[in-house]
Amino acid sequence: MTGELGQLALCFALALALVMAVSGLMGALRPSGLVARRTATSSAMGLLVFVGLAFGTLTYAFVGSDFSIMAVANNSHTLKPLVYKISGVWGNHEGSMLLWVLVLALYAALVAGLQRGGERLTSGALGVQGLLAAAFLLFILFTSNPFFRLDPAPFEGAGLNPLLQDPGLAMHPPMLYAGYVGLSAAFSYAAAALLVGENGWARAARPFMLIAWIALTCGIALGSWWAYYELGWGGFWGWDPVENASLMPWLIATALLHSALATEKSGAFRTWTLLLAIAGFSLSLIGTFLVRSGVLSSVHAFASDPTRGFFIMVLIALAIGGALALFAWRAPTLQGGAAFDTVSRETALLLNNVFLLAACACVFVGTLYPLVLDAVNGTKISVGPPYYALTFAPIFFALLLLVPFGPRLGWKRGDLKAAWRSLYPALGLAAVAALAVLAIVAPRTLAATGAFAMAGWLIGASFLEIRKRKGARASAFAAVLAHAGLGVTLMGVAGTTAWRSEALTVLASGQMMTVGPYTLRFDGVTREQGPNYIADRAHVALMDGGKVRTMLLPEHRFYPAEGQDMNDTAIHTTGLRDLYLALGDDRGGGRFTLRAYVSPLAPLIWLGGLVMALGGMLSLWGRLRAPAPEQEPAAPAVALAAE
Amino acid sequence: MKAVIAFLLILVSALAAPAFPNTASADAPAVADTFSNPATEARARNLQRQLRCLVCQGESIDESGSPFAADVRQLVRQQIAQGQSDQQIEDFLVARYGDFILMKPPVQPDTWLLWLAPFLVLGAGGAVAWMTVKKAASRRV
Repeated sequence: MTGELGQLALCFALALALVMAVSGLMGALRPSGLVARRTATSSAMGLLVFVGLAFGTLTYAFVGSDFSIMAVANNSHTLKPLVYKISGVWGNHEGSMLLWVLVLALYAALVAGLQRGGERLTSGALGVQGLLAAAFLLFILFTSNPFFRLDPAPFEGAGLNPLLQDPGLAMHPPMLYAGYVGLSAAFSYAAAALLVGENGWARAARPFMLIAWIALTCGIALGSWWAYYELGWGGFWGWDPVENASLMPWLIATALLHSALATEKSGAFRTWTLLLAIAGFSLSLIGTFLVRSGVLSSVHAFASDPTRGFFIMVLIALAIGGALALFAWRAPTLQGGAAFDTVSRETALLLNNVFLLAACACVFVGTLYPLVLDAVNGTKISVGPPYYALTFAPIFFALLLLVPFGPRLGWKRGDLKAAWRSLYPALGLAAVAALAVLAIVAPRTLAATGAFAMAGWLIGASFLEIRKRKGARASAFAAVLAHAGLGVTLMGVAGTTAWRSEALTVLASGQMMTVGPYTLRFDGVTREQGPNYIADRAHVALMDGGKVRTMLLPEHRFYPAEGQDMNDTAIHTTGLRDLYLALGDDRGGGRFTLRAYVSPLAPLIWLGGLVMALGGMLSLWGRLRAPAPEQEPAAPAVALAAE
Repeated sequence: MKAVIAFLLILVSALAAPAFPNTASADAPAVADTFSNPATEARARNLQRQLRCLVCQGESIDESGSPFAADVRQLVRQQIAQGQSDQQIEDFLVARYGDFILMKPPVQPDTWLLWLAPFLVLGAGGAVAWMTVKKAASRRV
């Protein structure tokens, strides 16, 4: 029964999405189309209800282990803990696409509920959201139906990939989707602005850009943290194509946030901001395609079915092609041409965009070039970390060098000399940081010294900015916080990369090992029974003089339902330094290999991400709480009235 | 795609197997897992990080726990012990496994675009930005 209910809900959702698309677009194109606009708004709410119902139904089937539904049978198991029964809903292709549409429907409802930027603009945005929702619902119903039945139903499910049975990864996809799909709202607003010829769209869409950016930041940080503690070798970023697929939209979303600010405040870069909004969501779609279609085979590629890949490719081509055609057709009619001095905030924001675009191009080429080259002449190359160290790193470094100047230059006209002079203390902090690194830490590396100088520069500039803005509204500190977060992450990356120490030792019970400043005693391995796995648990004592300070318990798990092995690492953190243990193979006679890493400053990598996300949240809070615009030369009266 | 990769791996191992019946000890006695000289050890580790584990997802042979990675690590260490230079070792491995084993893509005519693209975008973007700024500034006066 549940399966049929979900199926029916999806069909209703498709119908509503189509209604929303048609009425939304009609309401946008006809100034008098009040009924159409109302229809679009209510169908957005209806869409959320029915997609939510379908999603709830699937979740119910997963929780109740209804193995007559194929998605459940293939990806769940009665013995799985409840959390992973629920996260199993999106731990497979069908369910993850349903989650995608659910998030899309959520954003559509938010667009309809907030009605930012006037009735016609909102209506147009809803129309485009409706088109996207309809396309994805068709994709689900025809190629990836999560409610497909099995007859006879199997007695037990096949289980979920143990890699995905992890709290970090349970939250990672919803977070990332909130980011990817959040960019669809910016995309829809941009398309609507092109249709209606509305200039206030950048302000109207800003909260959605911010939500998307915050979610992407958190999603990437979560993914990186997961890779760190789960994959067992202490790395936090491997420039894996799947990681790259999430980094590209983030880079473009970051560029979009900056460019849209200029468009909103001074009417500059109107067409460019529209193009970025289109590009951001396009990269989200391409990322989904790369990850889901199995072009890049990895743990993320649930679907290796060519029809699905083909369908998504057509969908992407239509969405991107349609948006670009609309852009080519309508963008020339937008009046542009803001006036600002060579030295101004506008120029700084433009430079930010140039560097972010180049950084994104680097990731894009690095990800796709091997595929293209293989297809063209059969040459197989791999593009690994050394490539990004030589291309991405210098470009991003140059960008960071310029970051502190931006907030210190005025709109329209800035004073570079004054900005430079006011940054002397930050320069001092950078020098101190570099010297401290050279004096205290070994080995001395140029990269780490440079990174710490840069972190000092960024964080110092943020402190100066905080002092200058004392007493201002909380949202005035959003950019300050986000920029400081970059510095924090940079320190974590540099510390871990340059000063990580490690030890790989074969130990028998009672033997000691040292790694970095730590002394460890291996107390043997016990066999443990988990809810749905069997584990070899190593007991490792972290020694402090002659006493045991704490016990670390890295495990090697075997999941019989899935027939897979997994490592569960043990991490002891001081907040500034991680001791990281992974249990290696059994060497016989009670002897085991133990991998130990000491990663200085590793926690800062994710702390910095959190600080950046907090900056985004401050800005969002300011936007939603005080929607009255201070000064809005670009927005016409309609937009202002609606806010 | 997965199938293609699997096929290639099988092919590679099938081709490699007869020529190198036991990869690790074909041409030299087994070498210890770590060199006692820290400088040599650092050199080995650095080299291992530059080599991709062909049977893994995006891991270098330094990080991977797979038997393939262990074999290649052993191979690298044997060659270092025999006094080969980093370049000679890389060339040897490329001859055996192809360019795919290098984490750093080679610089050759068909990868020029790969290496230059980011900087071309930077240059083009910079040029467009410069023109935009000049135009905007001319409107001020």
